[in-house]
Amino acid sequence: MERIEVLKTYKIFIGGQFPRTESGRYYPLKLKNNMTVNVSLSSRKDFRNAVVIARGAFSGWSARAAFNRGQILYRIAEMLEGRKEQFLEELKQLGYTAVNAKKEIELSIDRIVYYAGWCDKYQQLNSSVNPVASSHFNFSVPEPMGVVAIMADESSALLGLVSVIAPCIAGGNTCIVLASESKPTCSITFAEVIATSDVPAGVINILTGNRKELHAHFSSHMDVNVIITCNSEKDVNKTVGENASLNVKRVFVWNKNWNIESEQGPHYITDLQEIKTTWHPIENIGISGIKY
Amino acid sequence: MAKKEAKKLEYFTDWKYAPAPEATDHIRLQKQYELFINGKFVKPNSGKYFDTINPANEEKISSIAEANDKDVDLAVKSARTAYDKTWSKMPAKERAKYIFRIARLIQERARELSVIETMDGGKSIRESRDIDVPLAANHFFYYAGWADKLEYAFPNRKPQSLGVAGQVIPWNFPLLMAAWKIAPALATGNTVVLKPAETTSLTALKLAEIIQESGLPDGVVNIITGHGPVGASMVNHKDINKIAFTGSTNVGKWIQKAVAGTDKKLTLELGGKAANIIFEDAPINQAVEGIVNGIFFNQGHVCCAGSRLFVQESVAEEVIRKLKDRLETLIVGDPLDKNTDIGAINSKMQLNKINEYLKIGVNDGADMYQSSCSIPKKGFFVRPTLFLNTSQSHRISQEEIFGPVLAIQTFRTIEEVIEKANNIPYGLSAGVWTDKGSRIFNMTSKLRAGVVWANTYNKFDPTSPFGGYKESGFGREGGLHGLAPYLKF
Repeated sequence: MERIEVLKTYKIFIGGQFPRTESGRYYPLKLKNNMTVNVSLSSRKDFRNAVVIARGAFSGWSARAAFNRGQILYRIAEMLEGRKEQFLEELKQLGYTAVNAKKEIELSIDRIVYYAGWCDKYQQLNSSVNPVASSHFNFSVPEPMGVVAIMADESSALLGLVSVIAPCIAGGNTCIVLASESKPTCSITFAEVIATSDVPAGVINILTGNRKELHAHFSSHMDVNVIITCNSEKDVNKTVGENASLNVKRVFVWNKNWNIESEQGPHYITDLQEIKTTWHPIENIGISGIKY
Repeated sequence: MAKKEAKKLEYFTDWKYAPAPEATDHIRLQKQYELFINGKFVKPNSGKYFDTINPANEEKISSIAEANDKDVDLAVKSARTAYDKTWSKMPAKERAKYIFRIARLIQERARELSVIETMDGGKSIRESRDIDVPLAANHFFYYAGWADKLEYAFPNRKPQSLGVAGQVIPWNFPLLMAAWKIAPALATGNTVVLKPAETTSLTALKLAEIIQESGLPDGVVNIITGHGPVGASMVNHKDINKIAFTGSTNVGKWIQKAVAGTDKKLTLELGGKAANIIFEDAPINQAVEGIVNGIFFNQGHVCCAGSRLFVQESVAEEVIRKLKDRLETLIVGDPLDKNTDIGAINSKMQLNKINEYLKIGVNDGADMYQSSCSIPKKGFFVRPTLFLNTSQSHRISQEEIFGPVLAIQTFRTIEEVIEKANNIPYGLSAGVWTDKGSRIFNMTSKLRAGVVWANTYNKFDPTSPFGGYKESGFGREGGLHGLAPYLKF
């Protein structure tokens, strides 16, 4: 008799753990091999739990040395590379052709490596020492905005997720991501990669579910600093923008084709950074100045 | 053993300050001001005018045109035409020269502008003369130089102008805010419709005269006056590409909601409730000056005012005693007098709001302490005020008062003060006073605010990016970072 395959239950990813949605709800997803996956239909409460976790993880993650963040991002790429075959198969089950699946996983890995390298460099490109007219030393540096809620690209199983998560955490933010509703399985397998890459628990949280149901909650939460929507419907973006005003969230509408190799850059990191300016007086003794 | 009496500042002497009023006879003001649209001063379609008064004596200075939707539309159309036909086609180095000209003209007419600023807004002449007006000129001068160098500011990004910028500014730094808005917008190649606050239109209209004098092509800058609905009409106008607003957090939220789902780019510079933190090793006398400058600068009408004072418990007694002493020496009165420290509250409405907060503070159980100084009978004035024994939950510790009112708390540990300082929806600015370098950097990196002053307070410069975290808004004004909000890539 042929061996019976062990199937995976796809759950969600909050605080480094894989709970089921607290709501107990699911939606069925038919794969190309005719098997059905019962995907978690996450609730508002799942999102709210994830925000608490992401907020808790923020101080530790943002205080990590930039170099260390770079190593951890690189580690994600290493783990992803090792699981390439698994992702290829999973992508195919979601309807990707072999060629597109290969492109999706390889570009995802390369994009993470790309942002790993940025972790300790974007600061130098975006900082300034400002030549103020008074006797003060004055400089400006980027700092992460905080907790970022992301509604990832619906059309992409992995690359759309990676293209937003990577610049977000490279800059020291923490995030809650809503994965593609029609292609959710890869996002949870990607969570397994994250869980084994030394990313501190809570830095990345991934939910599966319905964008129309959750976008209002993602955008109205008072302890979220940033909301990003990728290739969303116009009415979703309008509601998101309106709700964002409740606590002056930063709103980014990234309607991008992430499949393009050049659709990456340090501005995706710095969009999610505040600029902090610091002043300190300079003593005015030794008026004769420097002579040699 | 009897406790040794602490030394007190001696300020009651036979010597009094003689009045030192700034002359006003050289000021040219009209009885009535029109809207500045397409390079000309035109009558408002509403046919209506409102009075602008001197808040120090409640006397009418002039009549100001009230714009309506039709005027807003005319102003936007003129800005659009100027953008399409002239401004976006002009070589950047030529654009720069116009902005340099404006800077120079402000310098040439600096004293006139200072006096009008003080008459119309109530701030002390010392501040308008030494801070507002020079900084406004410098801002134009600084951004003028950027106009033909934008590719260097954003390598590999091909910066492009947006189109028409609608800008709404507050009454606390009228001319300076106009400069903060107009200068970077022009340097990046945009055209402008600007609305000054209704209580302080005059220096913006004087700036319109200067812009006319500079020969700037018609319609590149349009200045329309009026109340809130004019701003709302601009925010909702379909042919504006960019909204820049400085003002209250409530209005900012309304604007963010109004532009949701549109392609309008937005920057908001909103309210604040800054923590000014004094550690036990701070140079106490300088810190006391810093506290005074932090909260009483411009009558406390400053979004980044150091309105929450945190003093380490071990030095609280000394700091508060010296602060009370210093409070007594502050001169409150005629803003045009060169000796005046604290001028007039900008409007009756703001005076009422501040007085309301004084009541709230007392009713919530905080101890109010005010200077014993006399204040003029006419005009809008408030004595500099301290609230002692306040707690984090008091409304006077949480809400922006926008007046010369300081809420004081004490703390023991660094962890405690960081937690208290950050535990507020605002995040515009903060102050830290300590002699220890490593502590300064620890504090300045942990305070969630866009501007942090260490061993100083309320300093501004055109090269220095300014703007908030959290509900204090987003986007930066000033410096290289101040260019980005007016560009697309």
